[in-house]
Amino acid sequence: MIRRMMISLAVLVAAPVALAQSVVVYGEKVWTGTSQGTLENGVVVVENGRITSVGTAPARVPAGALEVRAEWVTPGLISAFSRTGLAEVSGVDDTNDGGAGKSAFSAALNAADGFNPDATPIAVTRLEGFTRLAVAPEAASKLFGGQGFLADTTGLDGSIFKERAFTYVVLGESGASLSGGSRPAAWASLRGAFDDVRFFGARYMSHNDGNVLTRMDAQALMPAVRGEQLILFQASRASDLNAIMDFQEENPSLKVAIVGADEGWRVAKRLAALEIPVIVDAFSNLPASFSQLAATSENAKRLAEAGVTVAIVHLENDSHQARLATQVAGNAVANGMPFDIAMKALTSAPAQIFGMTDLGVLAPGGRADVVAWDGDPLEVTSAPIAVYIDGESQPMVSRQTKLRDRYRTLDESERPMAFKR
Amino acid sequence: MQLRILCLAAVAGLFVTACDRPGKGGDDASTASIANPFPSTYTPYPSQTLLITNATVIDGAGGLIEKGSVLIEDGRIKGVGTDLKAPTGAATIDAAGKWVTPGIIDNHSHLGAYPSPGVDSHGDGNEISGPVTAEVWVEHSVWPQDPGFTRALAGGITSLQILPGSANLFGGRGVTLKNVPARSVQAMKFPGAPYTLKMACGENPKRVYGYGNASTPGGAPYSRMGNVAGYRDAWIKATEYKKDWDRFNAGGGSEPKRDLELETLAGVLNGEILVHMHCYRADEMAQIIDISKEFGYKVTAFHHAVESYKIADKLAEYGACSSMWADWWGFKMEAYDGIRENIPLVHNAGACAIVHSDSDIGIQRLNQEAAKAWADGKRMGIDIPIEVAWQWLSLNPAKSLGVDDKTGSLEPGKMADVVIWSGNPFSSYTKAEKVYVDGALMFDRDDPASQPVMDFELGQPGEGDRK
Repeated sequence: MIRRMMISLAVLVAAPVALAQSVVVYGEKVWTGTSQGTLENGVVVVENGRITSVGTAPARVPAGALEVRAEWVTPGLISAFSRTGLAEVSGVDDTNDGGAGKSAFSAALNAADGFNPDATPIAVTRLEGFTRLAVAPEAASKLFGGQGFLADTTGLDGSIFKERAFTYVVLGESGASLSGGSRPAAWASLRGAFDDVRFFGARYMSHNDGNVLTRMDAQALMPAVRGEQLILFQASRASDLNAIMDFQEENPSLKVAIVGADEGWRVAKRLAALEIPVIVDAFSNLPASFSQLAATSENAKRLAEAGVTVAIVHLENDSHQARLATQVAGNAVANGMPFDIAMKALTSAPAQIFGMTDLGVLAPGGRADVVAWDGDPLEVTSAPIAVYIDGESQPMVSRQTKLRDRYRTLDESERPMAFKR
Repeated sequence: MQLRILCLAAVAGLFVTACDRPGKGGDDASTASIANPFPSTYTPYPSQTLLITNATVIDGAGGLIEKGSVLIEDGRIKGVGTDLKAPTGAATIDAAGKWVTPGIIDNHSHLGAYPSPGVDSHGDGNEISGPVTAEVWVEHSVWPQDPGFTRALAGGITSLQILPGSANLFGGRGVTLKNVPARSVQAMKFPGAPYTLKMACGENPKRVYGYGNASTPGGAPYSRMGNVAGYRDAWIKATEYKKDWDRFNAGGGSEPKRDLELETLAGVLNGEILVHMHCYRADEMAQIIDISKEFGYKVTAFHHAVESYKIADKLAEYGACSSMWADWWGFKMEAYDGIRENIPLVHNAGACAIVHSDSDIGIQRLNQEAAKAWADGKRMGIDIPIEVAWQWLSLNPAKSLGVDDKTGSLEPGKMADVVIWSGNPFSSYTKAEKVYVDGALMFDRDDPASQPVMDFELGQPGEGDRK
């Protein structure tokens, strides 16, 4: 009995080592995201979860390595903004931990507490080449949504690799509405909250409430106010973006990024000068609200041209469809953005915004998030054939592929569909 | 007297066609009458004779021609082939490297009824005052100044169906439009297109009514069985109403009182109004099919239909189209089983597949949505030629709207609703370059003077910008 237990322990311990198999991925094109550019007939070698070489064929093949051939090879894609893993069915409240409209807390809400690595959208997203996620809470009770986190898409325990990676704050129309009904109210809340944090000791000495924040919220906001943590603002109108930049200039230690930014192209030079990165949905080209009147599908291109770091996302149904960012990026290219910049908007730009080191590029020494594709990754007709996260091969199966395979044929003459798996 | 009776019958939706064309020799569909009180005033804009050459032509009827030509004359398709000659005085476009297709038809849009900007004052897409509102017509909510129409045009949309929302069991009449900017919705109405009726299955009606938008108890329906009872109740009333008018038209008794709601439903029972039904789940579609048989009507298309792949054989047998997204899923319980291969699986079973948008963003690139579905089908071994898949975008939606004799393919005599694409339209990188509606150039990507700007956008930031 003891012997048997020892054997199973040995197996358990050995398992991760066995999984970290060496892999050699050959691509007719290898997009590196580095000064190596796009290699024709390139080879990426992965050993022990790291990339050990990126070059052209022939390559050194480690003993026992798995060899994969693909049309294209890219770094694992990084979703710069989504709610992946916070909701199983977004419209079913019981399964949706994105926002809490009735909570007494705001900045203290830690989205990581709502993350479920078993949520089916994670595999669905991974199958489309996304290996890392920046996940934001929704702002539902106040303009402070709370704490966002960074995760991989393995769907395993421990897939969150950084909690409290950023504080999420909504401004513009939503921020106004959540603050009582106007932009002045939103800015009063924001400034008041900053004061709560700055005078934390005095303000919360004898009670739990500050001008705006509860004690817990003020504590959670502290790193952002001190410039030790990224603040991700959501806003679209040019005047809102300028107000954020004014605020950043008043508080130069703040680390700021903006999501939305539909009118960002109008203030692109200033965003570039202040080194404020933006996360945009390049599909947005309608005056969907009075804050998006100047929305254009050239927004991403113009921002990048001005020197702004741009990440591209798909914001619609953001708990389930983060995967469509590749299509959005392809459309940004159709609207004038260079392919390389559009690819960076899905890889190195989000890595840079969220401080994901050794990710977002194919470079020796980097973490081995690698995707092998059957075509150009930004083409709507392409899909990954293999996905590696930290060098580990990921299952190319989701609940969706299982449904597909069950209903591939509709023959029930022998047994009901429910027996097909 | 006989004519008068016919027209009154038409009021009941019983003889719409007869009354629309009262027999004075011409097509009088543009004359306001009780039967057709909001007639189309659309007339094609001036066009020139145009020969497009050297293009890869998808004819929309399943054919593809390399180095093909399309000849447009008097706003109609004159010919498609490889050896067409330009008539004297015709304009020509050398479309080498480009693709030419029929204009895309989206049979599920809420443009104009839920326009941009999406402020509360613009929320005209759902008459949620009751579960049965067959009496409302969505055209009365359509704001023709919605900038979304121009974005759709830039995506190659030449016709579209505007539908009421899906709050109600019976949401009201839909309307089919030509995608031309206009001062009134009448000036967009597709001439001769039949009316449609929007119905809805599943979660929306029971949520909006039974749960009174989250405060229980509301009214009925409260459950899916309540939904079905609601449909059947209404069809029973409509059947009685139709009987009354049939009796009256046969010369018996006094004139029945008009009822706007039942007029529309009786129009369905007469086969003159086409049913477009929002339905996600396979099991619900199977039940709706039985209800349609019980009352003697036909569901023309199930919309959203994310589970059509589970009953594609039954849908083929019944003969309903499925109007689908490429990959939407998971946003509500009844959308949980959405898969990327729904469209090709439906097509492969021999059923009618349509790519629809239900979105002012999605409508701008339905070609890409079809491309995704096409590629996913191919990946699972369903290899459909691109020119056959294009039917999901033009001919099949045209069929579902009863206008396939007029548009939806590049066949001689049809309306010259045509798109010239910068390349293969099944690519992320391809853009619609020129969009023709009835032969008239309505959008030109290379010429700002040929890009419509809606009233709302004038004097605003971004006016006339590339969108």
